[in-house]
Amino acid sequence: MHPDIIVIGAGAVGAAIAYGLARKRLRVLVLDGDDGDYRAARANFGLVWLQGKGLNMPVYQELTRRSVDLWPDFAAELASLTATDLQYEHNGGLVFCLGEDAFEKRRLDLQRLHNELGGAEADWQMLDRVELAKLFPKIRFGADVTGASFGRRDGHANPLRLLAALHAGIVRLGGDLRRNGAVRQIVPGDEGFTIVFGEENVSAPRLVIAAGLGCQVLARQLDLDIPLRPQRGQVLVTERLAPFLPLPASGLRQTREGTVMIGATHEETGFDISTTAVAAADLSRRTVRLVPALADATLVRQWAGLRIMTPDSCPIYALSRTYPGAFVALCHSGVTLAALHAVVLAEAIASGELPTSFDAFHQRRFDVPKAA
Amino acid sequence: MFRKLHEPVAEAVTIHIEGVPVAAETGESVAAVLLREPVLWSRTTPVTRSKRAPYCMIGVCFDCLARVDGVASVQTCLTPVRDGMRVERQQGRRCLTA
Repeated sequence: MHPDIIVIGAGAVGAAIAYGLARKRLRVLVLDGDDGDYRAARANFGLVWLQGKGLNMPVYQELTRRSVDLWPDFAAELASLTATDLQYEHNGGLVFCLGEDAFEKRRLDLQRLHNELGGAEADWQMLDRVELAKLFPKIRFGADVTGASFGRRDGHANPLRLLAALHAGIVRLGGDLRRNGAVRQIVPGDEGFTIVFGEENVSAPRLVIAAGLGCQVLARQLDLDIPLRPQRGQVLVTERLAPFLPLPASGLRQTREGTVMIGATHEETGFDISTTAVAAADLSRRTVRLVPALADATLVRQWAGLRIMTPDSCPIYALSRTYPGAFVALCHSGVTLAALHAVVLAEAIASGELPTSFDAFHQRRFDVPKAA
Repeated sequence: MFRKLHEPVAEAVTIHIEGVPVAAETGESVAAVLLREPVLWSRTTPVTRSKRAPYCMIGVCFDCLARVDGVASVQTCLTPVRDGMRVERQQGRRCLTA
């Protein structure tokens, strides 16, 4: 196959873009790394989340909002194409508050985000302790729980099933997915790009770099300087419990099978994916403050993943000026933004241009004049 | 159903499985007693509800989980019997209590 476009990276971001390109009838070749790579898409918590996103960057809130709105149709189409149950639910989500100060701060943060949106109807509300207890009669909350913010548009999905479905969808739509290789070099030429993938060369007129933390090294070969750092998040998982938490919460979600995922830490520890006893203790302590009965639950797993963090935590979408036809896409919310990547971003890439609504996400926002 | 090579005589204790008194011997595990029950299964799995009985007997497989003295998901192969202990078969997913 002579691909129209090559996507480097088959994590949540690369796979969603590639699926969207295949959906637009482009011949897509997707290059995936191997299990030795840092795979954020396989360590994900699984929230499809809006509330709280975009402080200091209103366009990020708008972007997230668009994706969350696209998710139901995106999920339905992908699920039916690949016969996969994504376990997607969008009945709302919670952020619990411990202490009066946290409750007030949460309210102010969400109010500020709401004001930045300008005039839209509120899709969130603060629930005090009494309202929370009424909404969740099966849970006895800890004494420090003052309430929660409820986001009407929030939800969750099984991130591993999402990834598997995207991979299956790419192939189903005629794309080619090659695994277990490393991209050694990108060579720009007159008619596009040649990629040295393992022992072979593959070429296409256009290229998308969506390789998570690997973007930095790859994009540098196309004169794009991408500021990135890994941020470690550790997650705990309990044994399977009878359903008690009907809505996902930030840091606490019960999966369809019954396990409770508890997360996540934010650690600046470089490229270290170790799990630590300190994190397990901190996460457990916080969880027991929220729901004391969880103290009896048995933990069965703990893992660490690396978030793909930019200096302002927001995504980077860029089209190279030096090498037209080369795009870079990366973010740390690959699940939430999957629908936007598959529909809006893929369509833009297919057209060869990024719309002006993406201007704010170009990595040149981090360029600073060298001389003061 | 398994059978002990000798009858528990010295230091015998009584535990209750689903409320029925069962003779056991100091030092043996709850799982060992469960294996001598006429009804061999001791739990059902959380998702497909298929029956499970103690298997590895060294704390690895988690198939011997049961409720012991009101506490769910106890690994009975790692739990020595105690006189008066109450053991119940665990059905499906554990419920949070409290």
